[in-house]
Amino acid sequence: MSRIDARFAALKQEGRAALVAFVMCGDPDVETSLAIIKALPKAGADVIEIGMPFTDPMADGPAIQAAGLRALRSGASMKKTLQVVRGFRAGDAATPVVLMGYYNPIYIYGVDRFLADARAAGVDGLIVVDLPPEEDEELCLPALKAGVNFIRLATPTTDDRRLPAVLANTSGFVYYVSITGITGSASADAGKVAEAVARIKRHTHLPVCVGFGVKTPDQARAFAARAEGVVVGSALVEAVRASLDGEGRATAATVDAVADLVADLAAGVRGARAAAE
Amino acid sequence: MSLQKQNSYRTGPDERGHFGIFGGRFVAETLMPLILELEQAYAAAKADPAFQAEMDGYLKDYVGRPSPLYFAERLTEHLGGAKIYLKREELNHTGSHKVNNVLGQIMLARRMGKKRIIAETGAGQHGVATATLCARFGLECIVYMGAVDVERQKPNVFRMQMLGATVVPVQSGSRTLKDAMNDALRDWVTNVDTTFYCIGTVAGPHPYPMLVRDFQAIIGRETREQMLAAEGRPPDSLVACIGGGSNAMGLFHPFLDDAGVEIYGVEAAGHGLTQLHAASIAGGRPGVLHGNCTFLLMDDDGQIQEAHSISAGLDYPGIGPEHSWLHSVGRVTYLSATDEEALAAFQLLSKLEGIIPALEPAHAIAKVMELAPQKPKQHLMVVNLSGRGDKDIPQVAEILKDRHT
Repeated sequence: MSRIDARFAALKQEGRAALVAFVMCGDPDVETSLAIIKALPKAGADVIEIGMPFTDPMADGPAIQAAGLRALRSGASMKKTLQVVRGFRAGDAATPVVLMGYYNPIYIYGVDRFLADARAAGVDGLIVVDLPPEEDEELCLPALKAGVNFIRLATPTTDDRRLPAVLANTSGFVYYVSITGITGSASADAGKVAEAVARIKRHTHLPVCVGFGVKTPDQARAFAARAEGVVVGSALVEAVRASLDGEGRATAATVDAVADLVADLAAGVRGARAAAE
Repeated sequence: MSLQKQNSYRTGPDERGHFGIFGGRFVAETLMPLILELEQAYAAAKADPAFQAEMDGYLKDYVGRPSPLYFAERLTEHLGGAKIYLKREELNHTGSHKVNNVLGQIMLARRMGKKRIIAETGAGQHGVATATLCARFGLECIVYMGAVDVERQKPNVFRMQMLGATVVPVQSGSRTLKDAMNDALRDWVTNVDTTFYCIGTVAGPHPYPMLVRDFQAIIGRETREQMLAAEGRPPDSLVACIGGGSNAMGLFHPFLDDAGVEIYGVEAAGHGLTQLHAASIAGGRPGVLHGNCTFLLMDDDGQIQEAHSISAGLDYPGIGPEHSWLHSVGRVTYLSATDEEALAAFQLLSKLEGIIPALEPAHAIAKVMELAPQKPKQHLMVVNLSGRGDKDIPQVAEILKDRHT
């Protein structure tokens, strides 16, 4: 059982959904991002997604694009992302860590070396936006072999005919992209999301987490009532940005700005099942 | 990468869109169903004689094909070697080869019932061609163009607006073609139900590199017929510039299995290969961007680097995947020309032949200036004059003015 499986099993016992928190590694600098990530579990994040910065994030909106560029300017790299995971793991053996990003930096690092180093660092899962099932041989199958979960995105355009192919090699959880669009854009209608989650659940026993366009505790509460988890990303990297000084450097407020928002979102998620019953 | 003997160089891609290790479908899940639908729609159209007949009609009467194959007598005399022919794609409606591909894609979009067309553009030639055909068929047209390119290719921006297109200046990243493509992909992901993405070059996820190549291959097919008519035999060599590589692929592809034909692609070497440039094969290595695996300019961490070329149409850190494959198997020789060499060729062709080339094919002319003198007089060399230089005149005038003062 992976850390991700264990965490979702435990939350099922508690009868609540997970808050999955996304932050960009190296934003605004490597040290501060490690401090932010270390603060997330205490603030209420159940699963941590760490963004691997990339120059050309074609599925991301302005907030995460900007976070990636801040990170790259501060000297972020794949090596440093793995160092941050190791730094986090030294103090937390239980919280699942998922790396999210695009394929090219992994391809250039070398797939086998990346999987070995990621696993050694304490990475539990991968979300790679530009690797659909048609390219499973690239990374998905090697990851499964190496004991790293490969978490697939399902979207509103993934119909019933295609779902089995999307779910076939997915493990850990299914990430339902609630809108056709980029991260941090419009928010989906909770009713439609509930239908989509129910549809996915007819095809899999894996937990389903809902993301893209979730910004407020109320939205988090609404989606958490229908799914096993809610992913928040753009709102958190916006909180980072808003806390920076005029030159884009971290301030004394940066870590707390993210932690406070995570605490509010966690309260929303934790209130969901109670409200639904 | 080892050289391997091929029975044919014209059988790719495989059913998964791969040319050797290159190509593929590296896109977000949201787009996958549509890309599969496009592949089916294209296969059906290709098998439909009515589709081909309709295309042929527009190619003849709207685009103005066939484009002439013109013997450049004074350039030939000046260089004193190979007999140089220009494939006059710059005489097509809209002023470049781009229209060949856009016509095909717009007709596919109509078959698929899509009414909203998006495109990315660098120099603006693909944007103008897309805006033109959207006007002709009454379709909504949105063109993403890097803010830097909007500035240096103003005539084309006005042209697109005149044709009724919305030009969106892209402010993200390096604000050139690569970023325009990112934003076009973001638009597509958002509006996938209504929108057709008309990609301008032989790159992107499968089936785009294949279908753009097929629509451009008319260049090479005409060249063969025209050269047989003029000289009684096929050409000995082909030369074309390469950004993404659609004009080059269009000329090259029908000749790939003609073992006697030497083929040269010319990348943009910008300020020189040790400085800022846009030569992905000369200065890059295989990676994954914009839906395909191909040669890319990037750093040790896999971060994409900004390209530089005087020519906005070549200013892209990648290249079509089939070119990467043709390089890896050794069938095509990839050279590069600097900004300075292209500028010199731009002026030379204008003065000797009365033809002002676009800065993009000026890169090809620059290498013709090196290659032709090394060849015997009976050697038949075809260079693809892929676009006309009207759009570049303000930029070139500015550069030359600074030198004279």
